[in-house]
Amino acid sequence: MSPKDISRRKFIKNLGGGVVGAGVAIQTLSAKTRKESKPPSKSDSAVALTFTVNKKPITLLVEPESTLADVLRNDLKLTGTKVVCNHGECGACTVLLDGRAVYSCHMLALDAQGKSVTTIEGLMDGEKLHPVQEAFVEHDGLQCGFCTPGQVMAAEAILIKNPKPGKEEIIEGMSGNLCRCAAYPNILKSAVAAAEKLNKS
Amino acid sequence: MAESKYVKSKIFFEEEFEEKLAEVPTDPKGPWPANDNLKIIGKPVSRIDGYDKVSGTAVYTFDINLPRMAQARILRSAVPHAKIKKIDTGKAESLPGVLGILSSNNAQEIKWFNTSSLFDTHLRYQGDEIACVVAESEAIALKALKLIKIEFDELPFTVDAKEAMGEKAPKIYDEGNIQGGKPFEYARGDVDKAFQEADAIVEDTFDTQVAIHNPTEVHCSVVNWDGDDLTVWDSTQAIYGVRDTVADALKMPASKVRIIKKYMGGGFGSKLECGKYTVMAALLARKIGRPVRIVVDRKEMNLAVGNRPNSVQKLKLAASKDGTLTAISHYSYGAIGGYEGGAGCSWPARQMYKCDNVKVEEYSVFTNTGPTRPFRAPGYPQGIFALDSAIDMLAEKIRMNPLEFRMKNNAEKHPMWNAPFTSKLLKEAYEQGAKAIGWDKRNNQPGADKGPVKKGMGMASQIWWGGGGPPSHAVLKLNRDGSARVIAGTQDLGTGTYTFMAQIVHEVLDIPMDKIEVILGDTAVGPYCPSSGGSTTAPSVSPAVRDAAENMKIKLLEAAAAQLESEKKNLVYVNGLISDTSNPEKKIDIPGLMGKMGEQTITTTGSREANPEGYITQTFGAQFAKVEVDTLTGKIKVNKIVAAHDIGRVLNRKTLDNQFHGGIMQGLSYALMEEQIVDINTGKVVNTNLHDYKIPIIADIPEIEVIIVSEADPMNSNTGVKGCGEPAIIPTAAAIANAVYNAIGVRIKSLPMTPDKVLMALNQA
Repeated sequence: MSPKDISRRKFIKNLGGGVVGAGVAIQTLSAKTRKESKPPSKSDSAVALTFTVNKKPITLLVEPESTLADVLRNDLKLTGTKVVCNHGECGACTVLLDGRAVYSCHMLALDAQGKSVTTIEGLMDGEKLHPVQEAFVEHDGLQCGFCTPGQVMAAEAILIKNPKPGKEEIIEGMSGNLCRCAAYPNILKSAVAAAEKLNKS
Repeated sequence: MAESKYVKSKIFFEEEFEEKLAEVPTDPKGPWPANDNLKIIGKPVSRIDGYDKVSGTAVYTFDINLPRMAQARILRSAVPHAKIKKIDTGKAESLPGVLGILSSNNAQEIKWFNTSSLFDTHLRYQGDEIACVVAESEAIALKALKLIKIEFDELPFTVDAKEAMGEKAPKIYDEGNIQGGKPFEYARGDVDKAFQEADAIVEDTFDTQVAIHNPTEVHCSVVNWDGDDLTVWDSTQAIYGVRDTVADALKMPASKVRIIKKYMGGGFGSKLECGKYTVMAALLARKIGRPVRIVVDRKEMNLAVGNRPNSVQKLKLAASKDGTLTAISHYSYGAIGGYEGGAGCSWPARQMYKCDNVKVEEYSVFTNTGPTRPFRAPGYPQGIFALDSAIDMLAEKIRMNPLEFRMKNNAEKHPMWNAPFTSKLLKEAYEQGAKAIGWDKRNNQPGADKGPVKKGMGMASQIWWGGGGPPSHAVLKLNRDGSARVIAGTQDLGTGTYTFMAQIVHEVLDIPMDKIEVILGDTAVGPYCPSSGGSTTAPSVSPAVRDAAENMKIKLLEAAAAQLESEKKNLVYVNGLISDTSNPEKKIDIPGLMGKMGEQTITTTGSREANPEGYITQTFGAQFAKVEVDTLTGKIKVNKIVAAHDIGRVLNRKTLDNQFHGGIMQGLSYALMEEQIVDINTGKVVNTNLHDYKIPIIADIPEIEVIIVSEADPMNSNTGVKGCGEPAIIPTAAAIANAVYNAIGVRIKSLPMTPDKVLMALNQA
C-alpha cells in the first residue's frame, strides 16, 4: 500500500469528522463509483493497426472510431501533435501521412493502416532540430506555441512537395493552419527562411 | 539583504483601479541607459523556450498525462433559459467506465459569481453547467453525458441587450436586467452648454459585435490529490488567482493548493479567472481518489468561457471652428450574459483627448447569453472604433485634417484627474506614423478614386494603461558553476516572459544566456507576481528581476572582497569579472568566485518598486491603415498597417514585433470578420467552431510596420518598461474603418465591416 493511499484514507476519515473539506460531497458517493473500476482495456471491437510512426514500425489495437490524433496522443504519447478544434478546421494536428500533410484529428487512425506517419517529434534528429524547426525559432514564428507543431509540419509538407516554393505557394499551403496569436508575419518569414536554408544546404 | 517597506499601491488592472498593500524596495535601482548602451536589452533575441515549442516537447496542461488519470467532461444547458426540475444520472452511472458524476443532486453548494453556485438549477444561458462526469476515457465521459436525463422548465429568454433593458423583457434576476440597477455615469464640465455654443456637432450610433477569445489551447485542468495537498495544472493567466479561488471553493488552506502552468496555448484574457471546471475536477478527483483531467471542447470555448461583449454606442461630439474638441457625450449599452460582467467601453471617450466637457452613461445588461471576460484591452477596441470614427467625422465637418485635429486635442495632462504623465509621446507617434504611411499623399476627397476598387487611408489613436506596479517579486539563485536560476510567480502566455527574464539577468550579471534557467508559473516555488493581464506583466516583473540581479551583484562584490582580501570600494564588476582597481593582480570571475563556496547557492530577492506618487503611467500610440475596397463585391482588403507607439522601453525587439503583429491581426479580424452570431428565435449560438467563427489566416496579413517612438519611461520603474500586448489591438479597427470611409466616401458604423454592410451602405449613400 502506497503512502498516498494511506493518506487518502486518513483524509476521508477526517472528512467524516468535519475536519476538512466542508465543501465536498464525498458522502453521496454511490457504492459503484467508490470502487476502483477496471483499468482501461480495449473493447472487443478494437482492431489491429499496423503502420510506421517516425520511421518505427508499430502495431497496436485501436477502437475503429479513434482518430489518428487520438492514437498518436493517447496511445503513443506523442503529444507534440496538438488538438485545437478536433474538427479539421484549424490544422494544429497536422502530421505527414506518406509525406503529405493531413489533419490527424479529422481522419480515422485505421486509415493510416500500412502507411507512414511523421509527427513533429519525428522531424528531430535526436535532440537536434530540423531546419524548419530552427527557422521557426530564429524568426520567432510562434507565440504561445500551441499551433506551432502543425505550422512546422505544414511548412515541411510544402517543402517535400516543392523544395523551392514561392511565397504565394507557401501562403496557400499554410492557409489551413490557424494561429490565434496571429504570429503569421513571422510564420511566413520562418517558412520562407526554411526553404532558403534547405536549398543552400 | 535588501531593505523593503510596504506601501499602498494603486494599479490599473483591465477595467478597474485596484489598491494593494505591496512590499517594495527602499533602495530603488536607478534607470538603465538607452538601449543602444545596453548589451542585450532591446535586441532581437530568440525565445529561450523556442526549442521546446518547435520540437513538440513543450508540455501544456492539455498534454499532461498522469498515471491512473481519469477524464472529466461537463454537461451544459442546450437552451438559453431554464429551471431544472430533475436530473437523472442513473443510466449514465451504470455505463461501464463511468467513475463518478457531480450535479446539483449530490454536490454541496459552492458559491460562484455573486449570484450563483457551482451547480445552479437556474440555467441562464446556452452552455451553463449542469453536471460533470468523470470516466476512464473522454469518449466514455461523453457517452455518459448523453445518458443523463434532465427534466426542466424552459423559461422565456432574452438575448438582446436593448430588449433586455425593456420593461417587458423576461427577468434574469429579480432585481432586473441592468447590472447594479443603474448605469455607470461620469461627467466633467458642462456638456449641454458646450453643445449649445459649438461651431460643429456630429452625432451618430455605432455598434460592435460579440467576439470570442478562442485561444488554441482549450481551457483545461489536471488535478491530483496527494493526501490533503492538491496540485492543479491549469491553463491559466493567473496562478495565484486560481489558487485562491480553488482554496476558497473547497474551504482549504491556500498553502495546500499548488497551481502550475508552464506553457499555455494562449489566453487573451479568457483565462484570467478560475473556471468552474477546475473545481469540479478537484471534487471528482477527491471522490474517486485518482488524478483527473478536465477539458472543455471548442464548442464550449465558444459558449461558456467568456467573450468581448457587444456594444451599441451613441456618440455626440462638438468642436469649435479652430479645431478644439469641446464636448463628448457617450451613451452605451452591451450584453454581459447571465452573470456579472462588464460591457463598458467609455474609457477612450473619457481620457483619449483633451476635452473639457464629457458625459458618459453606460449600461451592462444581463441577457441569456454567454459570460463576458476581459478580452485584450476590454472596452477599448470598441470604444476607440466609435470615438475615432466620430472624431474623423467632426474633423471633416470643420474641414480639418483628422491627424491635425488629433494633434490639436492631445492631452498634455490626464484629462480626468489633471495629473501629469510619467511619459507621453503620442505626438511623436502621430508624426512618425504619418510619415511612414505617407499621410501627405492621402486622398483628400473621400471616394474620389475612379473605378470599382477604391483606395483609402485612415488613422486612429490608442490609449491604455500598462504601467504595471508592485507587488511583484523575483528570486535569483546562483550556483557553484556560476549558472543562475531566476524564479517568479508570473505566467508566460506566449508573450516572451521567459526570455526577457533571462535577458535581464544576463544584462546585469553577464551570465551567459544558456546558463540562465527561468522558472515561472508555479505557486509552490515562485514568489508572488500578479496575474498576466492588463499589459502589466513586463512592466511589473522586469523591474523585480532587475532588482534581484542588482542585489546579486552587491552580494558578489561582498563575497569577492572577502575572497580577494580587498576593500569593497576598490572592486569593480565588468563583463562578469570582478577586479580590484588598486591591485590588478586581484581579480576573479563569477564561476571562480562561486567555486569557492562549494555546493552552496547564493540567493537574492528583488521587488518591483512603488509607482511615483501623483503621476499617471499610460501607453499611447497611433495606427495608420491603407485599404482598398471593391465596391462591386463589398470586400475590404487591408494593404498596410503602420503602428507607432509609446510603450516605454523595448526589452526584446523580436518578441515585441511579434506581439504587435498579433494584436494588429486580431484588430484586423475584429474589424472585418469575427462575430459570434446568436439566433434570436432560439437563443442559441449558431457559430461555435473555428470554421464558422472567422479568424484570420496567413493569407490575410497586410504589410505591417511597427515603430516604437519611446526609449524608456524611467519615472515608472528601473527598467522603464510599459506593456504592449493590449495597445497593439486597440486602434486597428478604427484606423481601418476611417480608411474605408476615405476610400468610398461612405461610413460603416458597424463591426465587423463585412461585404454585406459595405454594399448596403453604398446602396443607401
